[in-house]
Amino acid sequence: MIDSITLWTVIIGLGLGSYLLRFTFIGLVGDRPMPAWLLRHLRYTAVAVLPALVAPQVVWPAATGGEPDLPRLTAACVTLLVGYFSRNVFAALISGAVSLFAMLALVG
Amino acid sequence: MPITTSKTPVPADWFRKGLRDGTPFVLVVGPFAVLFGVLATEAGLNVLEILVFSVVVIAGAAQFTALQLMTEEAPTVIVLASALAVNLRMAMYSASLTPWIGAAPLWQRAIVAYFTLDQSYACAIAQYEERPDMSVPERIRYFAGAVLPVVPTWYGCTVLGALLGAQIPQGFALDFALPITFLALVAPMLRTPAHIIAAFVSIIVSLLAAGVPWSLGLVIAGVAGMMAGARAELWFATRGAGR
Repeated sequence: MIDSITLWTVIIGLGLGSYLLRFTFIGLVGDRPMPAWLLRHLRYTAVAVLPALVAPQVVWPAATGGEPDLPRLTAACVTLLVGYFSRNVFAALISGAVSLFAMLALVG
Repeated sequence: MPITTSKTPVPADWFRKGLRDGTPFVLVVGPFAVLFGVLATEAGLNVLEILVFSVVVIAGAAQFTALQLMTEEAPTVIVLASALAVNLRMAMYSASLTPWIGAAPLWQRAIVAYFTLDQSYACAIAQYEERPDMSVPERIRYFAGAVLPVVPTWYGCTVLGALLGAQIPQGFALDFALPITFLALVAPMLRTPAHIIAAFVSIIVSLLAAGVPWSLGLVIAGVAGMMAGARAELWFATRGAGR
């Protein structure tokens, strides 16, 4: 059981810390110009962080106890390829979901 | 870049456009929030504590991390450091949004900061890059629309999970809703070789660094991917291949 002092310390500390992480750049830098090298790096934030967030879950899914899983790997590849070639988020999402359930039904 | 210029007409109402683009995320955020409510109940938190947790922190992955470590009775400092490390990407999102909406009034930026989530960031940055001619107020309206359906879902579904407790059936492969959504969002953003290189490097590094404690592997991989993308951009530019 978690004692309530620990719990509230964590809730408040994590809340404040998360807000500061989110506020620092957008709030304090604002519309001051940023150096070109920094802007060049920031252009790649989304395509670098979001795949890194999910890659371990794709390769070692928690649902299979961390064992690589053919249906999930296939679904991830289908989603990426359909999204890349169609440039359409929903086509990618639906193809990914359909391929996941189809593969789960086939392979189990 | 003619490929990225959308042929669809300029929306009259950017808030509505955001609302339309953000609504499908309800399907991803909902189950994730229910799961948090269920696990937090199992860890002994009451409904009020769970709701406050979700409202104050508003970051799924960090909340799961903190909850997990608290149930393992890790020291409070470690709990905070680990969960904040998981949330370091929020600082990167914030920095990445700054060139687009940094000129908005401070109070709007203060509100945007609270609502900077994986979903709202991904939605907004994809839209801003697709239509660089949007004005700053239009970008803010779009952001507000995109985040509006997600946030009540996050609060409401954590409470739902708390009330349902452990009655939720397993299965449905809902664990995979999150990876598929983010991959679907990112794939159309891979517009140039530099973007592809950035994504590729970050994936490889995130797998290699998966064992790094405190989820710092994610931040290491993100920075490596950004550096690779920036390097590649310079390299392609000097070769005259263009961006």
